[in-house]
Amino acid sequence: MQEIISLLGFSFFSNAVIAGLLTSIIAGIAGTYIVSRKIVFISGGITHASFGGIGLAYFLGLNPFFGAAVFAVLSALGIEWSTQKAQVREDSAIAILWSLGMAIGIIFVFLTPGYAPNLMSFLFGNILTVTTTDIITMLALTVLLIAGITLFYRLILYIAFDQEYTKTLGFNTTIVRYIISIIIALSIVMSIRVAGIILLLSLFTIPQAIANIFTHDFKKMIFISIAFSFLGVLTGLIGSYYFNLPSGAIIIFTLIIFWSILKVTIKLFRTH
Amino acid sequence: MDRTPIINIKNVSAGYSPDKIILKNINFTVYKNDFIGIIGPNGGGKSTLLKVILGLLKPLNGEISYKEKSYNKVNIGYLPQINTIDKDFPIKVIDVVLSGLMNGNPFKRFSRPEKQKAIDLLSKMGLEKYQNNPISKLSGGQMQRVYLCRAIINNPELLILDEPNTYVDKNFEKELYQHLIELNQKMAILLVTHDIGTISSVVKTIACVNEKLHYHNSNIISEEVLKTYNCPFELITHGHIPHRVLDNH
Ligand SMILES: Nc1ncnc2c1ncn2[C@@H]1O[C@H](COP(=O)(O)OP(=O)(O)OP(=O)(O)O)[C@@H](O)[C@H]1O
Ligand SMILES: [Mg+2]
Repeated sequence: MQEIISLLGFSFFSNAVIAGLLTSIIAGIAGTYIVSRKIVFISGGITHASFGGIGLAYFLGLNPFFGAAVFAVLSALGIEWSTQKAQVREDSAIAILWSLGMAIGIIFVFLTPGYAPNLMSFLFGNILTVTTTDIITMLALTVLLIAGITLFYRLILYIAFDQEYTKTLGFNTTIVRYIISIIIALSIVMSIRVAGIILLLSLFTIPQAIANIFTHDFKKMIFISIAFSFLGVLTGLIGSYYFNLPSGAIIIFTLIIFWSILKVTIKLFRTH
Repeated sequence: MDRTPIINIKNVSAGYSPDKIILKNINFTVYKNDFIGIIGPNGGGKSTLLKVILGLLKPLNGEISYKEKSYNKVNIGYLPQINTIDKDFPIKVIDVVLSGLMNGNPFKRFSRPEKQKAIDLLSKMGLEKYQNNPISKLSGGQMQRVYLCRAIINNPELLILDEPNTYVDKNFEKELYQHLIELNQKMAILLVTHDIGTISSVVKTIACVNEKLHYHNSNIISEEVLKTYNCPFELITHGHIPHRVLDNH
């Protein structure tokens, strides 16, 4: 314990704790929306498509997160547009987007002279490399998310629940859905640092699955998800510091252990 | 009878794509105090007509005018056909009912009296003990009652119900119709249903929708009306035999 407290003195470690907290809030809010609306697969498509942006940005010598954000937002808007138009979930279109993004990313990384040292951390996440600039960007997004969900809580809830009915109440639900999908895409990109592209989606879904054990209320789901997510992130942080393992993997592992223990406990209590 | 029109539909054609027209040249007026039963075969376009009235589907042709200038100002309560809703969604029963009070305000917060009103309505439907339960705990019939509460909580001028009796047991169905007759004192009602046996004692007039709309200015479902109701089945078995269209009388 003593040792952990003294670790907080190191700026990279406290940076990591702050980044973990911010990521938990981002994933808690955005993930609750994703899980409630059952758009996990769509979010997976957006996440992997963003890798194309990372590769392209590398090739062009730009900030990879900028590339990821552009690809993520464009694919999110594209998917939202196609679902609004056709009123159906276009599973194969999403799968194509998913692999296309990865393919573009890999091609550009190969084309880039030299080698991409951070490639692994983009794929699997490394919470210990978070910079102060990253934290400022994350903080901005967190503030935006908290303000948005607080001000427009009812509207967001009802659009997610029953878009058509909400439209009859006099709202332009289409525009709101586009705005939400942009914010979801940015939330995904901002979580790449901590969880990595391959594991990121679990951070947006497993805490919600845990929260679902305790509640079936949208608002409570957000709070409980954030709490468990942060607990998972802290464990991941300690694990990656002491055992030099990728933080994303440890976070997911911890969360799944929480989830299994709670599920089993609840089952035992229910049957007795 | 009050003959103030609330909604006037003129030569409206509608469909989900221009090459497949679902509703053809519809003329239809809803007046204050109306209670219209809308019947017709599956896929005949009943729900589509409601969507056009609600502004959810833009007509391909023709025009709709409302009592006031823009749609948002006509207060319409809506109970959608049930099969489109996700019952796993994490939302409480009372919050579903409260959504009927949003009134186009994106920053909406609900006051105590508003919450009380939702609870009162739920009590009226025998659901007060479920107010804080997630909707996944309710049966299909109970859910229909919740949607009825949501549709009427804002005291609409026009109440639009798309098959509200789906999943509802016979006991509550009677109660439901009693509620509707009572509500009709204050609002016009459009009721889509396949229950032609019972509605004739509830509604004032009848419209049959099957690509076209046949309005029957009485609640007596005679053989003539039933013939209109059945016409698509004849079309299927005998090909394009011209069928009788009821005159407005
Ligand atoms: N969202 C949609 N996109 C494309 N076509 C649709 C859509 N909704 C309905 N349709 C088609 O429009 C036609 C009319 O459907 P509608 O739902 O209006 O029928 P209905 O009279 O309400 O039938 P039911 O009694 O089964 O509810 C059907 O052929 C249906 O396939
Ligand atoms: Mg229908």
